[in-house]
Amino acid sequence: MSADRRRFLVSCSALALAPALALAQQNPQREALLREVTRGAALRIGRVLVDTPTLADNGHSVPLRIAVDSPMTAADHVRRITILAERNPRPVVASYALGPYSGRGEIVTRIRVADIQDIIAVAELSDGSFWMGSAHVIVTELACLEG
Amino acid sequence: MLARVQVPAQARRGDVFPIRIAIQHSMETGYRPDNFGRRIPKNVINTLTCRYNGVEVFRAEMGSGVSANPQLQFYLRAENSGELVFDWVDDSGQRGSERAPITVTA
Amino acid sequence: MLTLSAVAAEAPRPQPKSGIEYAGGDVRALQADDFGNPGMLWVARGEKLWSAPAGRSGKSCAGCHRDAPTTMKGVATRYPRRDVGGGELLNLEGRINQCREQRQGADVLRYESEELLALTAYVAHQSRGMPVNVEINDANRVNFERGRDTYYRRQGQMNLACTHCHEQNAGRKLLADTISEGHGNAYPVYRLEWQSAGSLHRRLRACFFGVRAEQPAAGSAELVDLELYLASRARGLQVETPGVRR
Repeated sequence: MSADRRRFLVSCSALALAPALALAQQNPQREALLREVTRGAALRIGRVLVDTPTLADNGHSVPLRIAVDSPMTAADHVRRITILAERNPRPVVASYALGPYSGRGEIVTRIRVADIQDIIAVAELSDGSFWMGSAHVIVTELACLEG
Repeated sequence: MLARVQVPAQARRGDVFPIRIAIQHSMETGYRPDNFGRRIPKNVINTLTCRYNGVEVFRAEMGSGVSANPQLQFYLRAENSGELVFDWVDDSGQRGSERAPITVTA
Repeated sequence: MLTLSAVAAEAPRPQPKSGIEYAGGDVRALQADDFGNPGMLWVARGEKLWSAPAGRSGKSCAGCHRDAPTTMKGVATRYPRRDVGGGELLNLEGRINQCREQRQGADVLRYESEELLALTAYVAHQSRGMPVNVEINDANRVNFERGRDTYYRRQGQMNLACTHCHEQNAGRKLLADTISEGHGNAYPVYRLEWQSAGSLHRRLRACFFGVRAEQPAAGSAELVDLELYLASRARGLQVETPGVRR
């Protein structure tokens, strides 16, 4: 993937402790969607890299890499990664169960993007904490609801 | 269901290696009309698992937001030699399976 | 009277560029990724079908043609082609169906069927990396000229010919897309928009639809003649099957 078309959410930066709730309050739909994943637990921004093109060639097949900053040991690992696309007709795109045997908290796949939006990844860690990252994707050819 | 799996033939114990899988499946969203304007019913691969010598080490739950002809890359830590078994099922109940051997050296 | 066709035929053409060079980074990366390229799923299916018994004869392609990577190497670079003894101009799909019908006693495969896409992709894939090298000779010159006439003929409600986009405006934008030169060297291709592999005729028919012209049937002589003309324009470009396009 060419670097100039990527937007990376910087993990473990100054944003790390900004509560996602403050942002979500501007968007009750997003808050409800995130709550569905976290079951009400606190959600923090950081540690989750969402690597996807800023401008997708075609919304039917958008490459996506989610990488969680985690040692993936028995004591400290990623339990689950959930991908959300709030403007898709079905916002919960996929969910992956990982564990210490995974070695890396990373998933690469291709998803459908039905409208210009943020693609959000939520990681559930073994200590019960939840972290999220996101990336904004522009699509000109829309998946799902058009063609 | 036609599928392709990429697993290294060999790995050193403790090394983390990538696994890739690609499955031919339309991942029908349920929103597409056929040539007569009728909705084609939703039918996606909803669950995919990977078992390493019988132990489940990966599970993916997928919806219609996953692209057609889904492809996935995830990682595993090499433990013992043996077999990786991939199983998946779609909304209509159709199942698919692939297996790949792996040799783990000390 | 100097027709558009005759004038265009005289002008020397610059080196052709494959559609992949007009594609974005992701599409290029996906095509180059032999595992991730979704078109390879059809090639894999084609490999299975190659050895599967077909029709009343119970013969497989392999039964006569043996090992495809050896015997099919270079074949796609020379198609569409007419048999030495005469007969119609055939593209790869037409040849596969001719074999099935006449030599395997099997039903012809429909365009865009899983099987025909798979077998066509598998055969063309054996020429991947080789330059398109179709020959225009006395046997197919009439087809070539008919194809060329189609290429330069205005049609449809929009009254456009292939040349208006693919020769005169290649590299420029059309809606959110970049117009390519319209070569067929990567077909059958996995098109992200189709969410599937598809034939060159599917793509050509989409273009006819795009200018609001009547669409010739897939496999029709008009489209095979056009395919021959397009192959002559693509000479020198590498076969890329299975290509990936938007």
